[in-house]
Formats: sequence, structure tokens, C-alpha cells
Amino acid sequence: MPPSPGLFYQVHFYLFGLLAIASALAFVTRKSPIAAALWLVSVMFNLAALYVMMDAHFVGAIQVLVYAGAIMVVFLFVVMLLNLGHADELSDIRGTWGRIAAGAVGLALLAQIMAMSRTRFLSVLQPPTNPVFGGPPDRGAIGTVAQPLFTEHLLAFELTSILLLTAIVGAVAVGKRKGANDT
Amino acid sequence: MIPAFLSLVQVADPQGDPAFGPWFLATLIKMIGLFSVWMVGVAYMTLAERRVSAWIQDRRGPNRVGPHGLLQPIADGVKNIMKEETLPPYANRAIFFLAPMMSFAPAMMAWAVIPFGASWASRWGRIDMVFADLPIGFLFVLAITSLGVYGIVLAGWASNNKYALLGGLRSSAQMVSYEISMGLSLIPVLLLSGNVTLSEVVNSQASLHVWNALSLGVACFVFIAAAFAETNRLPFDLPEAESELITGYHTEYSAMKFSLFFIAEYANMITASAMIATLFFGGWDVPFTQADNTGAVAFPVVLLSMLIFALKVAFFLFLFIWIRWTLPRFRYDQLMSLGWKIFLPVSLAYIVIIAAMVLALDAAGIERGLVYGLILFGVNAVLLVILFVLLDRGRIVSPASVPVVGARLARLRQLAAARARLSAVEPR
Repeated sequence: MPPSPGLFYQVHFYLFGLLAIASALAFVTRKSPIAAALWLVSVMFNLAALYVMMDAHFVGAIQVLVYAGAIMVVFLFVVMLLNLGHADELSDIRGTWGRIAAGAVGLALLAQIMAMSRTRFLSVLQPPTNPVFGGPPDRGAIGTVAQPLFTEHLLAFELTSILLLTAIVGAVAVGKRKGANDT
Repeated sequence: MIPAFLSLVQVADPQGDPAFGPWFLATLIKMIGLFSVWMVGVAYMTLAERRVSAWIQDRRGPNRVGPHGLLQPIADGVKNIMKEETLPPYANRAIFFLAPMMSFAPAMMAWAVIPFGASWASRWGRIDMVFADLPIGFLFVLAITSLGVYGIVLAGWASNNKYALLGGLRSSAQMVSYEISMGLSLIPVLLLSGNVTLSEVVNSQASLHVWNALSLGVACFVFIAAAFAETNRLPFDLPEAESELITGYHTEYSAMKFSLFFIAEYANMITASAMIATLFFGGWDVPFTQADNTGAVAFPVVLLSMLIFALKVAFFLFLFIWIRWTLPRFRYDQLMSLGWKIFLPVSLAYIVIIAAMVLALDAAGIERGLVYGLILFGVNAVLLVILFVLLDRGRIVSPASVPVVGARLARLRQLAAARARLSAVEPR
């Protein structure tokens, strides 16, 4: 982010931020699952715009590519297959106490965000130069992400991929067993 | 007029960057110019499709409106605007209206990063023939085109029609599956050019003196096939398979809304052709000459490079039409097994091979140049022969057959023999 962002930048930053919050509100209040899913796509899109404005182009692109372009499509696919289209009676809001608790949690989170935006972090907690946010906008947006991933955090990276592989193998195994029972 | 505009911009913001005025004006002109060319291209693609199909099938095709039928797209447009708009009674109105737009917009947005000409060394500074050379390059194109599936899926769902819904479901499964092999087939390009920005990809092909199609042949094949699947063109047009689903996801659409789906299909084809040309066929690079690779160049060379780019795109558009009228449609299980069991492992293995090659060639101290490109080409020729002749033997790529394993064949033969014995015992 430039030290003193211009008016053009600020207007767009707040525009995308407001759109993201409005879409998020619409997402949790819609009753039709398809409409809710579409509002969630809108949230992801606006978040991607905010990432790009913070010079994290790669994170923005991956946000759209993975979440909006793949995961939400699969969500829609499942919702359509299960035919939840007319589920007016399906509601997650559970009575007065549930609403009060949800409101309290929301307020607590809001207060936390407000407090965090005003505190200065201890210098120990801040990484010296964050490679993704705040770094100079260079031509190799991917290198800044890949460099620490494949050098400092290689073990964690590989372990995560093994975890994902286990999940995929598990999903295939569960699917296979069902198919074997049917036939 | 141009100096007047530039001084106006300077007066409006005296502290601003003096390069802003020319950049703004150039972007505006490029946007209007490319959009016009692109939309006219889409209109004439509908005519080209019908004329080429007629030519392939030894017919005449539409030739009544204007000389050689050249005004046919205008007649079609007027007809579509005048037609009645229908809205199915139980359709979801908002999404029904939104879906055609959502299928059209992503094809247009992808053009923001595709370079369509050499940079122009103009009087007002260097003007790049690309709207925004984003640092994420083709990742942006992948991200944006992955949104194209929403238009189709939502059209299918909102119509409240079982054929449309089936078309939408098919397309979501198909496009998500082929996106993976499409993305993986681009990693070798990234390995070779070292950067995802499309201008760097074009420059790297110019410096290797060999197009990526030759030095990365397998990736090129996988990308083109996946591009066909992503644009829902034959042999991958299962979302609209007329013989099974009427017309699939746009069964309930009429008039201009139907037309917008039609436009979106051709717009996606043009975008896909531009991506194929840029990533694997040198983009705007003029072949057999280095005059256009010296950074910013004079205007005639810019025009020549744009012409070359247009010709390359036109060739791939012709390829799209050609294949549509040559190959039959895949069956759904063939489509899925091709995507997951063949393209995915092939592109994964290819990444390993190309990474090893790049590492070995760099370690051997060979500079990025003609020799480097030719060595890669040789390796790829061998790999393509292995892929198509030894591994395939006419089974994988041919859509008309599935691999018949030995056990299954034996069982089929047993069945046939048993049936023959039965009919011999009890003649009817």
C-alpha cells in the first residue's frame, strides 16, 4: 500500500469493502440456498478485489480461481443435486436465545476488530518484511509466495499436501464402499 | 486534437504523472478498438460457422442476405431482437435474467491481460498493446474463465426444466474437471518462461526462436483439448447435447437472451483461441524475423504484429469449427475418464519431465536460445510419439471407442458363444 493512498484508491477500497459486507449480510439472511451461495461468490469476488488493492495479486487470483471458480461451483452442484430449492422451512435460526447469543458473539468480534485496528503490534510479532502484504509490487507476484513456501516452510507444506491426499483417498474409499453395496 | 486532450489532462491534475494522459487516452482507444473488432468478430463467427460447416458438408450455406451472405449476422441480430421474450412460469426470475450476462462477461474480462501486438514507440512514449500486463498474467485468465460456468449452471437451474438442469449439472462437472488439466498444462509454460505474465511468455518464445507448441508439444495438446471442453464445443458439448437434452441449459431461453448465450459461446472461442495463440504459438511475435522483438517498435511493425496475431487467432477459430464438424460427441463417461484418467496424469508426468529437462539443460550450461528450443523440441517429438502411438493406439483420443480390457472382451465372447449355443438348441 502506498504511504498516503489517493482518493481514487480510498474510494475503491471502501466501495469493495462495503460491497463485501453487504453481500455477506445477504448471504446469511437469504433462505434459498442457491441465492445464498451466489451472494457468497460475490463476497469472495469483493475480497479478491481488496487483496489486489493491497498488492497481493496472487492471493486475489487464487481467491477467485479456487473459491469462486471451483469450490462454490461444487457447492452449487451439490445443492442442485439435493434439490434444496424450495426449502422455506429450513432455517438455522433457533429461537430467541439463539439470536441473542449470535448477536453477542457478533458484537464481541466487532469489538475485537475495532480494538485490533487501534493497537500497535509489538515489533517482535511483526515479520520484518511481509512478503505478501506491503512488499514492493514486483513483476514476480508468485515468487514472493513460493519462496518461503519451498524453503522455510517446506515441511509444513509437504505435510499439508499429505493431509489433503489422505482426505482424497478417504473420500474415494467411502464412495467406493457405497457403490459396492448398491450393486 | 490529441495534444489538446493531453494538455487538458495536465491542467486537470498539475501534480499528476505526465505519462498518465497518453496512457489514459491510449487505453481508451485500445478498449474501443478491441471491443469493436471483437464483437464484429463474434458476429461473423456465427456466419463463418455456418459457411464452413456447409463447405465441409458440401452444401452452399447461407448466401442470400447481401453478397455471399455477408449481411446474414445483421439479419440474425434483427430477428433475435424482434422475437418474443418468454419467461417460464416457475422460473427463478432474477437468476434467469442474470445467467446470460454471467456467461458472457468473463470471456470479455479475460482480454484485459492478453497482449495483442508489439509495443509502439510513439511520440508520447512507449504504448503497450495490452490493457493491463498484470503480474499474475494467465492466472487471471484462468480465474476469470473459471467463472464462466456460473452462467451455464444458473441458466440450467433457474429455468426449472429437467433438461436444462441436466445440462447445467453436466457443464459444472465438465468445466471443473477440465480446468484442472488446463491449469496443470500451463505449468510447463511457466517453467520455461519463468514468469506468468503473458508478455513474458511471448518474449520467452521469441528468445527461444521456437514456439511453445513445439518445445512443449504435450502441454499444447492438453491445453487445446481442455480449451475445447471449457468452451463447451464439440466433441465436448455435453451441456447442450441436442440429441439427449433438447438444447441443454438454454432450452427455455428465447430471443436476445438465447442470442446472448450464443454470443457468449463464440466470445469464449475467440478468447480461448487468443490464449492458445499467445501461450503456445508465439502470440503477436512475427515468425522468421527479429525486427519486432527489440522492445518498442515503429507503428507499421506494430500493425504487422497485430495482423499476425489476428491470423493466428483466426486459424484456431477455424480449428474450432473444423473439429466441430469432424468429430462426434463424447459419451459422458468417456469425457470424465479422458479428463481424470488421461489428461491429469499425463500433464502431471509432463511437468516432472519438463522440470527435469529445464534443470538438466541449465546445468549443462546451454543458453536459452535456438539450441535450447530444438533440444526441447526433440524430446517432445519423442514424447508425442510415445503418447499417441505406443500408449494410445487409437483408443484414448478417438471418441468413438472405449478401451476394452482383456477380461471384458473374454466375457463378451463367452456371452456371444452361450447365446449361439442356446439358439442352436432351441431354434425359434
